[in-house]
Amino acid sequence: MTVLDFINRLLGREKPSGTMARQRLQLVLAHDRSDLNPELLEQMRREILEVVQRYVEIDIESCDVSLETEDRVTALLANLPIKRTREFPLPIGSGKPGGPDTGAKESAASLDNAAENPEAGTASPPATAVTPGADALQDGSAAERGETSAASQP
Amino acid sequence: MDAVTTASARIILICSGKGGVGKTTLTANLGVALARLGKTVAVLDADFGLRNLDLLLGLENRIIYTAQEVLAETCRLDQALVKHKQQPNLALLPAGNPRMLEWLTPEDMQTIARLLAERSDYVLIDAPAGIEQGFKNAAAAAREAIVITTPEVSAVRDADRVIGLLSTMDVKPVQLVLNRVRPKMMANQEMLAVDDVTDILALPLLGLVQEDERVIISTNRGEPLTLEDNPSPAGQAYLNIARRLCGEDIPLIDPSKQRHGLRARLLNKLRKTTGLF
Ligand SMILES: Nc1ncnc2c1ncn2[C@@H]1O[C@H](COP(=O)(O)OP(=O)(O)OP(=O)(O)O)[C@@H](O)[C@H]1O
Ligand SMILES: [Mg+2]
Repeated sequence: MTVLDFINRLLGREKPSGTMARQRLQLVLAHDRSDLNPELLEQMRREILEVVQRYVEIDIESCDVSLETEDRVTALLANLPIKRTREFPLPIGSGKPGGPDTGAKESAASLDNAAENPEAGTASPPATAVTPGADALQDGSAAERGETSAASQP
Repeated sequence: MDAVTTASARIILICSGKGGVGKTTLTANLGVALARLGKTVAVLDADFGLRNLDLLLGLENRIIYTAQEVLAETCRLDQALVKHKQQPNLALLPAGNPRMLEWLTPEDMQTIARLLAERSDYVLIDAPAGIEQGFKNAAAAAREAIVITTPEVSAVRDADRVIGLLSTMDVKPVQLVLNRVRPKMMANQEMLAVDDVTDILALPLLGLVQEDERVIISTNRGEPLTLEDNPSPAGQAYLNIARRLCGEDIPLIDPSKQRHGLRARLLNKLRKTTGLF
């Protein structure tokens, strides 16, 4: 570590490489351990967003569905900021697949809604879903851990 | 899989996933250390492709037969075992010809381990790197395991794969040795911390071995560090691992928490006084 590195570190400008190593490992191991290939994960992400969008309008741009791992238990964490809830759920199959394009249309549509229906547009906390990995099923405490980590917002 | 069921010998696999992280060095030093503690020890070189355990123990010139002849029953086990010069309680069963890999089965390894267990308190199996058949053969013969890794992302990731495989086999307990620890780098957070590795891999920590150039010198000579009466830091760490294996309660000291460097001391002081980071 040079003196310049040290100063940068003190001023909080730079993360130490040991911390980066830990964070990168946690991410890569979550994927290694779940054995889900990226394509399946993406498909699952889209279907989850589709279901959720039938009930609430979510901010597609800032949605985050990811795998996390702790104590050899892998969990799927979804952090889906809610713009507003729908009065009635949309029929099955009408939720739009999540993507940057549809997301943009969606937010435009919701702006219109907000103009017509101002009281519906109150700020809501992000919806957060937790699905513990298979290992967690026998272990209640693991699911609790998953819930607490889900409560922290990005 | 047929568990090896002979006497009460402890049959311990030493494995890592990634190559070159210190399996053979640990096997040799642990073998000598356990022998010095009065145990009868057999070390088995299960790295048939790239055997090295004989060299690290300084026994390469005394090999006549190998595991291959023992399995083929063209020699007796005691003819193939190579006794250590200074520590006659320790014996090596050398790896056979690399071509053995083509026909060797998990049952063959269990047969060898069973024979060794009959005459030993400890059987240490030096596993090959990787997670392929060679590793699986070696693991099939073991009752418990030591996973060794270094505080580096690739080594920890590969160790994780091995731990996953071991959890599907009948191998318990699985304990962790963290090798090539550089206390200064850890104190400066320029290396994965001890807690990072144990948290991520979720294994009990059996030992911490520092980066130590004496390891290289001892390898050159074919004399494990644990032969010395006043061993260097790594040698002492291997001795402590042997003692812990035997059930002694030796506290683990994280060398990176004993801060020496000026910058590390400064950082530590700032951390304490400001509580900022
Ligand atoms: N604590 C240490 N300090 C310094 N050097 C070390 C340490 N541990 C191991 N080494 C060095 O690392 C190299 C690899 O060690 P070793 O042969 O024991 O690894 P291995 O896991 O058995 O490798 P392989 O996967 O090829 O069988 C050797 O050169 C050894 O001297
Ligand atoms: Mg080796």
